[in-house]
Amino acid sequence: MEFLNRFWKLYYDGFRNMGQLGRNLWIIITIKLAIMFLVFKLIFFPNHLKHNFNSDADRGNHVIENLTKPANN
Amino acid sequence: MENIDLSLINWSRGQFALTAIYHWFFVPLTLGLAFLLAIMETIYVKTGNPEWKRITKFWMTLFGINFAIGVATGIILEFEFGTNWSNYSWFVGDIFGAPLAIEGIMAFFLESTFIAVMFFGWNKVSKKFHLLSTWLVAFGANISALWILVANAWMQYPAGMHFNPDTGRNEMLNFWDVFLSPVAINKFLHTISSGYVLASVFVIGVSAWYLLKNRELVLAKKSIAVATVFGLIMSAFLILTGDGSAQQVAQKQPMKFAAMEGLYEGTNGQGLIVIGAPTPGKKYNDDQKSHLFKIEIPRMLSFLGYHDFNAFIPGIKDIIEGGYEFKNDNGEVVKALSFEEKSRRGKIAIAALANYNKIKATDNDSLKQAYLTELRENFQYFGYGYFNDPSQIIPNVPISFYSFRIMVGLGFLFLFIFIYSLYLLFKNKITGQKWFLRLAIISIPLAYLATQAGWIVAEMGRQPWVIQDIMPTMVAVSHVDVTAVLITFWLFAVTFTILAIAEIKIMTKQIKLGPKTDGGN
Repeated sequence: MEFLNRFWKLYYDGFRNMGQLGRNLWIIITIKLAIMFLVFKLIFFPNHLKHNFNSDADRGNHVIENLTKPANN
Repeated sequence: MENIDLSLINWSRGQFALTAIYHWFFVPLTLGLAFLLAIMETIYVKTGNPEWKRITKFWMTLFGINFAIGVATGIILEFEFGTNWSNYSWFVGDIFGAPLAIEGIMAFFLESTFIAVMFFGWNKVSKKFHLLSTWLVAFGANISALWILVANAWMQYPAGMHFNPDTGRNEMLNFWDVFLSPVAINKFLHTISSGYVLASVFVIGVSAWYLLKNRELVLAKKSIAVATVFGLIMSAFLILTGDGSAQQVAQKQPMKFAAMEGLYEGTNGQGLIVIGAPTPGKKYNDDQKSHLFKIEIPRMLSFLGYHDFNAFIPGIKDIIEGGYEFKNDNGEVVKALSFEEKSRRGKIAIAALANYNKIKATDNDSLKQAYLTELRENFQYFGYGYFNDPSQIIPNVPISFYSFRIMVGLGFLFLFIFIYSLYLLFKNKITGQKWFLRLAIISIPLAYLATQAGWIVAEMGRQPWVIQDIMPTMVAVSHVDVTAVLITFWLFAVTFTILAIAEIKIMTKQIKLGPKTDGGN
């Protein structure tokens, strides 16, 4: 318990006493992660196979069909 | 695959290259500076000299800036795998899954837990525990790099796997064959040591700026001393692992090795070109000279490739025509197959997979078994089945040639910097050598150029493959709208450029401000 308390205080004091540079860096990190996960991932980067196929068997078949197209041509 | 738009492939490649290059802009400094910090803090703990604490804290601030701005930029690559490279992602899923899962669980938590102690723990935990945390951050960062490099090495040399024709995926047969493949070991060690050299150049360059400005002389000299010794040792290691990598490329990816040299017709005792220019527009089967001019070290390429001054190094034309002898993975001397034969076998493998897929739901076991046997016997040439023209398997020779020379040439420049810096430190003359200090500052962007050039050799040189001999780039790409790829390409270009500018601006501002006057106790 004592250990957990000290661990919590380390983070709490660290964030509370953070200088301007640290705050700016955290702002950059937050904006960056928001853009990555809320804009890029949600809008522009759906998982192509998960989005278009319902089961692993369908996904596997789709990829095998893509892989074997030259042989069918 | 003929129906895939070439512009889709090119924009998808461009998008991936852009994000990988920007991601690698942040990574090597994190890898190397973490160890330099740990060494500086170790000296502080051993000597008790508060100046070393001040020095450690200053470089730790720069490390923090780089870490904060660079963190998670690699996640974009994961997004791209799922969206733009879905065939590839599915095909390799099980091979990549294990190493990347280990990375997520082990390295990330090790790194992120102890990085908090490193930044917030001064005066809160004991000196020794703080030092341990700094070392663990350094090891955690490098272990993070280990797993992704193991995955990349597997793409260059797919070992320890088995293709499952029912699922269309590769499955890991032996983790250790993947993890300890000679390509993986060399790639990991060579890549991280390039990060150590870059970080040493960075520390020397920034310190040189202070010396030129006649500021922070103690910090600058002590930092240069640590970075010089570390950089010198790591340069030796870089050369050693570079030698190991060259051997692996020569033996596992001979086309890449030939392209790096612009070598079309190989011979025994092949020389290594130090300076030269490949002939633009040269085809593998025309009569043009391979190079406009060249100066070479006799027999050196043979030595690099096989540690034998008389070894035969096949050129691009030899690899396409086959017929030369080489040692396979089992150590047996065998004759190289021609492109034509590999393509024929690849087509058999692809047709066998197609036929098996058509009848796998039936109970015609003997026919299924026949197709499976055909597939297994020819699977190692699977990717060649997509090509009809031999020129399609030749990577871009000028890019491979020049990138390799930029990487090696700059590597030797940094070695010179470390050696001369050591000499100046011993003679106590470093403050007076203004030309050297300017060279050290200029070397910072050159170090980034060198390490990016290394990746360009590795990745452009292995084209047209995403998985060597098994999966070409054009097959790996998803059938998505090219406009979507174009939009995200420019979105990434803008986002990452903003991040890179932020990194440089914040970093230079912090360097100009300098360290805090008191390192504290």
